[in-house]
Amino acid sequence: MDQSIFLFDILLPVLLEGFIVTIKLIVLTAPFGLILGILLAVGRVYGPKPISLLCKGVVAFIKGTPLLLMLFILYFGLPSIGITLSAFVASVVGFIMCNGAYSSEYIRGAISSIKEGQIIAAQALGMTKMQAVRNIILPQALIRAIPGLSNEFIYLIKYSSLAYMLTVIELTGAGKMVATKYFEFTTVFLMIGIGYLILVTITTIAVMFIERKVAVPGMTQSGRHMLDIL
Amino acid sequence: MENTDTILRVENIHKSFGDLEVLKGVSFDVKKGETICFIGPSGTGKSTLLRCINLLTQPDQGSVWLGGEEVTNSGKQINHFRQRIGMVFQNFFLFDHLTAVRNVEIALIKVKGMKPKEAREKALEELRQVGMEDWAEHYPAELSGGQAQRVSIARALAMDPDVILFDEPTSALDPELTREVLEVMKKLALAGMTMIVVTHEMGFACSVANRIMFMEYGEIIEQGSPQELMSDAKFERCKNFIGQFDGVNGD
Repeated sequence: MDQSIFLFDILLPVLLEGFIVTIKLIVLTAPFGLILGILLAVGRVYGPKPISLLCKGVVAFIKGTPLLLMLFILYFGLPSIGITLSAFVASVVGFIMCNGAYSSEYIRGAISSIKEGQIIAAQALGMTKMQAVRNIILPQALIRAIPGLSNEFIYLIKYSSLAYMLTVIELTGAGKMVATKYFEFTTVFLMIGIGYLILVTITTIAVMFIERKVAVPGMTQSGRHMLDIL
Repeated sequence: MENTDTILRVENIHKSFGDLEVLKGVSFDVKKGETICFIGPSGTGKSTLLRCINLLTQPDQGSVWLGGEEVTNSGKQINHFRQRIGMVFQNFFLFDHLTAVRNVEIALIKVKGMKPKEAREKALEELRQVGMEDWAEHYPAELSGGQAQRVSIARALAMDPDVILFDEPTSALDPELTREVLEVMKKLALAGMTMIVVTHEMGFACSVANRIMFMEYGEIIEQGSPQELMSDAKFERCKNFIGQFDGVNGD
């Protein structure tokens, strides 16, 4: 068979479909992962003791178990207690948990790097603790957490391929099916690799722009070192 | 409250950190429009006292009254009282991620619920008061210490407080920057703002304060008008303390 026919008529259309599924997984996971990360970090640092311990426990549990195992539990295990998730939803839920748990650690680190005076000054103005956290602490913490969070986002791009283990046909899964059918492993996996590389490169550049955009004199270095995070 | 002129009353404040008793029963009244300076050696509880007034530090015992209402034991109401008790810190504590004008307006918007446009106007007006309107769009890291402290004074002023607490506002500044901050504070005092100032600036205390409180070992040892403290023979401890300064400064 002609290489170009295989490449353009067979492989690329399938990969494109998978690529779109991968992007859907990422786009649906990232915002909720970030929100979960913020909640876990804030709960752990500023919550009352029981909440703080709960957040600590949740993070420890998620970090302590393989993501693949978590996905299996969500997809194959939950139906036994009456909760049935589609493979796609189960994947997104698992990714959100994983992304949220790791992100929370970056955010927690950033929060603890902020000097105590910031929250004291906010409270002296009459802000409640939560108002101070939302308006003063979190904006500063998130700026400082960008390098770590972008790293986590890049991991997400790559571990999204685990959804294939739950039968979600995303980029890797789509490619693998074509590869096994046509015995074209090298070409297919090379193309898949390029697909992920494109996503990661776009992310890196986007993060660089975001960092420049939110840079505050005296608080952060400019975005010029961002290429290092790859 | 019997005296309508009294805006702030502090009664028998005690505070210990572990075994160390920092405040051993401090009481005083502040009349509306008064400037009171607390002086005394480091580590005698002056800053802790200020923080006990707006409950940034919880006193172990004693009460604080603002205009006839009790601040201590006010529960969630404390945030309401803190709006009326401004505070200026030694290290400014400006919000690092906000420009000068945003620093001043944020509490107006988030705490007082003011509309952004209205808050911006008020914030710029307060910055004008302290001579910082040209620096409105600059971040704290771009300001000198004196400028940052003036912004933080504007931030406290914007809330229209009944009283402002100054916690060693010039101790982190060199003499030149100290002067520009003291000028602003002097202006405020003359304009009738009620102020409680913890300071080591004797010149300022003597020229601006209505009363000077000399604190040592967690108690107010001597108090009186600047003239009394300087001339009256019974205020020996305070004069000795000030004398140490005179020797260094040569004035």
